[in-house]
Amino acid sequence: MTAIAVEKLSKTFGRVKALNGIDLSIDEGEMVALIGASGSGKSTLMRHIAGLERGDAGASHVRILGETQQKGGKIGSKARELRSQIGVISQQFNLVNRLPVMINVLVGILGRIPRWRGTLGIFTEAEKRKAIEALGRVGIPKTAWQRASTLSGGQQQRAAIARVLMQRSKILLADEPIASLDPASARRVMDVLADINSREKMTILVSLHQVEYARVYCPRTIALRDGKVVYDGPSKALSNDFLTELYGSASEELVLPADLPVESAKRRRDKPAKTIEPNLGALEPA
Amino acid sequence: MTMTTAETRDERKAIDVNEGRDWARTYWNIGIGVALLVLLILSWGPSEMERWPFLFTDAGNMLEYASGFTDPNFSQWEFYAREMLVTLQIALWGTFLSLILSVPFGILSARNMVPWWILQPTRRLMDFFRAIHELVWAVLFVVAVGLGPFAGVMALFIHNTGIMAKLFSEAVESIDPRPVEGIRSTGASRVQEVIYGVIPQVLPLWVSYFLYRFETNVRSATILGVIGAGGIGQILFESIRGFYYAESAAILIIVVITVVLTDLLSQQLRKFVT
Repeated sequence: MTAIAVEKLSKTFGRVKALNGIDLSIDEGEMVALIGASGSGKSTLMRHIAGLERGDAGASHVRILGETQQKGGKIGSKARELRSQIGVISQQFNLVNRLPVMINVLVGILGRIPRWRGTLGIFTEAEKRKAIEALGRVGIPKTAWQRASTLSGGQQQRAAIARVLMQRSKILLADEPIASLDPASARRVMDVLADINSREKMTILVSLHQVEYARVYCPRTIALRDGKVVYDGPSKALSNDFLTELYGSASEELVLPADLPVESAKRRRDKPAKTIEPNLGALEPA
Repeated sequence: MTMTTAETRDERKAIDVNEGRDWARTYWNIGIGVALLVLLILSWGPSEMERWPFLFTDAGNMLEYASGFTDPNFSQWEFYAREMLVTLQIALWGTFLSLILSVPFGILSARNMVPWWILQPTRRLMDFFRAIHELVWAVLFVVAVGLGPFAGVMALFIHNTGIMAKLFSEAVESIDPRPVEGIRSTGASRVQEVIYGVIPQVLPLWVSYFLYRFETNVRSATILGVIGAGGIGQILFESIRGFYYAESAAILIIVVITVVLTDLLSQQLRKFVT
């Protein structure tokens, strides 16, 4: 079944056309990378798929799991239910800093439990246990009662993923989840995402700034430029030369800074260790 | 070395430093400054600002009046302390009741929370609450509930709701929207977005505003005594009117001490919540 179907989606901010007739379709269980230089429309596209933004009026149509999310710039009637089917994580983690990690994760089930209970903040023992399990799944079970702000960037991102696990959504939109993380944390977050994709069969669309991660973790890549899809196909085919062809000088932005000649020798040594095989056991707790 | 300096000098000549500058903004700033100056000049006469020399020529009168207060009479201090406590209790209830209303009204008058057709009516209602002074509200409530502390509580309640809702809404308007979006994307309801996404972010500021308003209301409650709303203010006003300078001085000292103590206490509490 098709998880995400986008047809003729455009979005204009003032005079800028952020999205320009986007067409794409992602099947359930896929893990797809979305790449593009800054300003190419990655985040805007994600926000439309998540139902946080409406496209321009017109022939546009966004369907999630076969249901209309928005059509012709109008939010569909099932939008709120669909939202709970879509987990979202972003570069800024979007956790509530002053709340404990536990509550931040429990928030994930708000869409599934009776509204009065969620509003009063009454969570059952079993639900709390599930939250701890979700945190264990991403490798940070001991942080449950720390304030979210006390976690490192990589840990915060994993807590955000735990929230999505708690949400039990079918789709995960990850908007530049590793853009502000150091390489080790970035790899760990990507490992967790790949693991969720293979075990929960969660459909994942992850926007990335650096094409290296797409090649390692995502079989398929969609590339954007100026709000248009310029490439949609296997990630392996995206060589650096091809990127230069697609983006011109802007392609420098899409390649890891580690590829700079100064560090390339060290990187070549590291490369064999980097595989798709997720190794959660290796994640150190907290 | 000399080459480079020569080059930069040439470059400096060529660059137009004002390129891309937003002149409209500059003109606006100048305009606002001029408008303020004009307003000040226009207000000089009606405010009788020309009487300022009296401050120096007739300062002796002030000194003479103030000297009446130099010898405080604390013989009735227990009575004063009891009345001071009543004033504190009026302020506490008034502030607490307005807190209950300020939370929903604060959310409903925040630009980033509600559409304009809710925002505007709520804000205007809060303006109305705020625009009318506590004293006027108190007179109004005295008619309904009679002379005494309860009229003072109600007056503080209404006026303070107008102020606190505005302060609360300003805190809400400056929150980071991204955590709220994070909550929304889980399928949470609007109220749940506020509870989990907004309140945790604004709570320290809200608590600090509440404590600040409590301090202010202790002072206001003192003044409310003047129109018969009970507490230390009533005693103070009666003793000033009866020319009991020594007693008035004692009462004033008790008020000052109380205000200082509430200030110290609320500072400690604020440290505790942030």
